[in-house]
Amino acid sequence: MKKKVLATLMTAAMLATTLVGCGGGDAGSAPAADGGAAEEAPAADAGSDDAAAADDGAAAEEAPAEDAAAAEEEIPTATFGDPNGTHMEMWTFVEIHGQHYGNMVEKWNEQNPDRTIEITCTTYPYADMHTKLLTSLNAGTGAPDICDVEIGQFPNVVAGLDTWLVPQNDAAAPYLDTMVPARMAVYSGSDGNNYGIPYHVGATVMYYNMAALEEAGLSQADVDAVVTWDDYAALGQKYLDAIGNPEDKHWTSVDTAGCDWLWIAMAEYGEDWTGGMGGTANVQLDSVKKMLTMQQEWVNSGLAMVSPDGHVDLEAGFQNILDHNIVSFPKAMWYMSRFTNYMPEEKGNWYIAKCPVFEAGQKCSVGIGGTGTVVTQQAVDKDLASEFLCWAKMSEEGEQLIWDNLGFDVCNTVLWNDDAFAHDENNQYNQFFRNFPYDVLYGIKDDIGTVYTTSISPTINEQMCNVTLNDVLENGVDVEEALQAAQDVVDLEQ
Amino acid sequence: MNKFKKFFYSQKAAPYVFVLPFIISFLLFWIYPLCSTITMSFQDIKPTGTEWVGISNFQKLLKDKIFHTAIKNSFQYMVLTLVLLIPFPMFFAVLMDSRLVKAKGFWKACLYVPALTSVVISGTLFRLMFSEYPTGQMNVITTALGLGTFKWLKMKATGLGALLLVACWRWTGVNMLYFISGLKAIDTAMYEAADIDGATAWQKFRYVTIPLLKPTTVYVLTISVYAGLAMFMESYMLWAGPDSPNNIGLTIVGYLYKRGITKNQLGYGSAVGIVLLVIALAINIVQLVVNGTLGKEEK
Repeated sequence: MKKKVLATLMTAAMLATTLVGCGGGDAGSAPAADGGAAEEAPAADAGSDDAAAADDGAAAEEAPAEDAAAAEEEIPTATFGDPNGTHMEMWTFVEIHGQHYGNMVEKWNEQNPDRTIEITCTTYPYADMHTKLLTSLNAGTGAPDICDVEIGQFPNVVAGLDTWLVPQNDAAAPYLDTMVPARMAVYSGSDGNNYGIPYHVGATVMYYNMAALEEAGLSQADVDAVVTWDDYAALGQKYLDAIGNPEDKHWTSVDTAGCDWLWIAMAEYGEDWTGGMGGTANVQLDSVKKMLTMQQEWVNSGLAMVSPDGHVDLEAGFQNILDHNIVSFPKAMWYMSRFTNYMPEEKGNWYIAKCPVFEAGQKCSVGIGGTGTVVTQQAVDKDLASEFLCWAKMSEEGEQLIWDNLGFDVCNTVLWNDDAFAHDENNQYNQFFRNFPYDVLYGIKDDIGTVYTTSISPTINEQMCNVTLNDVLENGVDVEEALQAAQDVVDLEQ
Repeated sequence: MNKFKKFFYSQKAAPYVFVLPFIISFLLFWIYPLCSTITMSFQDIKPTGTEWVGISNFQKLLKDKIFHTAIKNSFQYMVLTLVLLIPFPMFFAVLMDSRLVKAKGFWKACLYVPALTSVVISGTLFRLMFSEYPTGQMNVITTALGLGTFKWLKMKATGLGALLLVACWRWTGVNMLYFISGLKAIDTAMYEAADIDGATAWQKFRYVTIPLLKPTTVYVLTISVYAGLAMFMESYMLWAGPDSPNNIGLTIVGYLYKRGITKNQLGYGSAVGIVLLVIALAINIVQLVVNGTLGKEEK
C-alpha cells in the first residue's frame, strides 16, 4: 500500500516538475533574451541619431554614456532617499539620469519631511528598457512609477494616453512660464495633455576644431563671419586648400544614419515633415531637397565625407574627430558631453558657433533629441510622483544639477544668461570649450525651430536612415527619386 | 482511495497521465499562442483598444515594399545556407569518420565550439571585424592585399556574405554532428560488401553513404529551411539592431520584431508571423513530399 502511495506521489511530483520545467525553461531563456537586448544597447547608441525620432535603437542622446556606465557598474540598480517614505520605482537607460533623481530625492526629502520618498532607479539598456516599458504598460502591471522615455520612442508610449500615463499639466504648471514651450509640446499626446517632462532643448550648434583651423591659417573671425551654408562651404574649401587637399581629410561629415542635417534645414525654412501634431507627413519638402542636394555635391567634391558607421555620435565618429579627419560638424548641445567623456584630449581645441543658414535671417537651430520622463498610471502615488518629477527636472535646483552633471542645455531660458549659472568656471563644459556654450545658446534664443516627433516619426526616420540617406549620399541616387520612394513608404502608414 | 487506485492502475488512464505534461505545455505554449496570433492578425491592437480590421493587415503586407525586401532577404539567406550548410558539414562528417584525420576530437571540438558561444557576443565581434573603418579586421586584410577598404555592412553582397560567414562559422559543427551520428548508424557491413565488390571511395560515398544518410539529410534540410527563414539574431547583432542600410540585413522575423515589438503594432506583427508560418510550412511540406518522407509511416 505504501508503495502505491509512493508511486502516486512520484507521479504527481513528476508532473509538477515537468510543468515547473516548462516554466523554468521559459525563465531560462529570459536571460538569453536579456543578454541579447543588453548587448544591443551599444548598438542602440550606435544606432542612428536620437534626433529624429529613431525607433530603431536610436542613439538616445546620452546613450554612449550609458555604455560606459554599464561596463563599470554590474548592478544597474540604486536606491536613494528615505526608506520610510513612499517607495517609487524608476527606470532609465542612462545611469547618470538615475543618479540625478537620487540627488534630487535627497533634496526633496530635506524640504518635504512629511512627504518623503524612496526611489529605486534601474538602468536598462536602451532598447530593452523601452520594450519592457511598452510590454508592462500593455499588460497593465509591472511598469515603474516614473520612467525615462527617449523622444524617438515617445510616440509609441504616448499612444496609450491617459490609460497608460499620468497627464503632467497641473504638476508642471508652476514652471511653465520659464520653459521653452516647444520642448513641452513635443512630449504632448494627441489629446493635448502633456505627458513627458524634458531634460534639455538639444539646440543644434556648429562645433569647430579651432586648433586645426588655426594651423591652417584660419581664425575665429573667419568662423564668426560664416552666415550661410555657402559661406560655410567656402571656408571649408579654404581650409582644405590650405592643408593641401589630402584625400582622407574633410571639412565635415554627413550622416547616413541620422537626420540632424535635415532637421536643421527644415527648421531654417520653418518646415516640418511630420506636418505637426495631427498633420499629414510629407518628406518631399524644399528644405530637405536643398540640404540633400547640397550634401551630395559636398560628398562628390570631397568637401565632406560620409560619417563612418553613419553618424558622429559613435565610437567610429569619435575616432574620426580625434584623427582630425573632419574639423567641423553640426550637432545638438548635448554632444558636449561626448567630448568630455570620449575625447578629453581635445580640451581647449573646440569652438562652438551657431549653425549656418540657407538664407540670411532664417532660424539657425532646432531642438534635437531628448528624453521625456513620464509618470505611469501604475504609480503608487501619482500626484506625489508627478510633483516630484516636475520639481526634479524643471526647478532651478534641478536645472543646476542637469547642467553641472549631465551637461545639457536646460529648458529654463531664464538661466541662459544668468551669470552664475552660465559662466561658472567650475563647470567642466565651460572649461572644455573655447567659449561659453550658454553664450552661444543665448545668442540663438529666438532662432530655435521645432520639428515634431509624432506617431509617423519612427517611420520617417527609419526610412531616411535605412534607405534614403544611404541612397543619396552613398549610392548617388537622385534626390527627387529617393524622396519619392520615401514618401511612398510614409504614405502606406498614414 | 479505491477510485484513485483504480485510476492510476488503469491501463487506459495511465498513459494519458504520462503524456499530460507534454500535452499541457504544448497547448499552453504552442497551440494557444498560435491561435491568438491568428486572431490578432485580423485586429488592430492599440493601447486604447482593440479593433477588428478584417484582412486589412494582410492587404497592407501586399503593398509593403519593406516587407517584400525582408522576404527576399530571408529567402536568399535560406537558400544559400542550404547550399553551404548541407554539403560541407556532410563532407566534414565523412572526413571525421574516415581514417584520414588524426586528433578527431580536437577538430570536432573546434568546429562545434562556435555553436556554444552566444550569438550576441559573436555577432558583436563580427560587426567589429566587418567595420568600415580602416582598422576593422577585414579592411586590414584587404588593405594588406592591396584591395583598399570596403564598407562591408553597407553593401548587399558583402553584407549577405558576412551573414553567411556567421552562419557557417556557427552551424557547420552542429550539422556535422548530425551527419556523424547518421554515419555511425550505417552498418559497416555495407562498406565491406562494397569493398568486396570493388567499389571506389567515391562510389561508396555516392551509392552507400548518401542514400543511407537520407533520413539525416532530410532532417537537417527541414530544420535548416525553417532556421534560414526565421533568422533574426545574426542580422540583429551584425547591424546592431533591426535596421540596416537599404534594409540589406532585414529578415522576416526582424520585420516582425520591428513592427510587433518596437512599434507596438502587435496586429500587423502577427500578420507577418502568419505569413512566415505559411511560407515555412509550404516549403517544408513540398520538400518532405518530394523526399518521400511524408506519408511513409502509413505505408
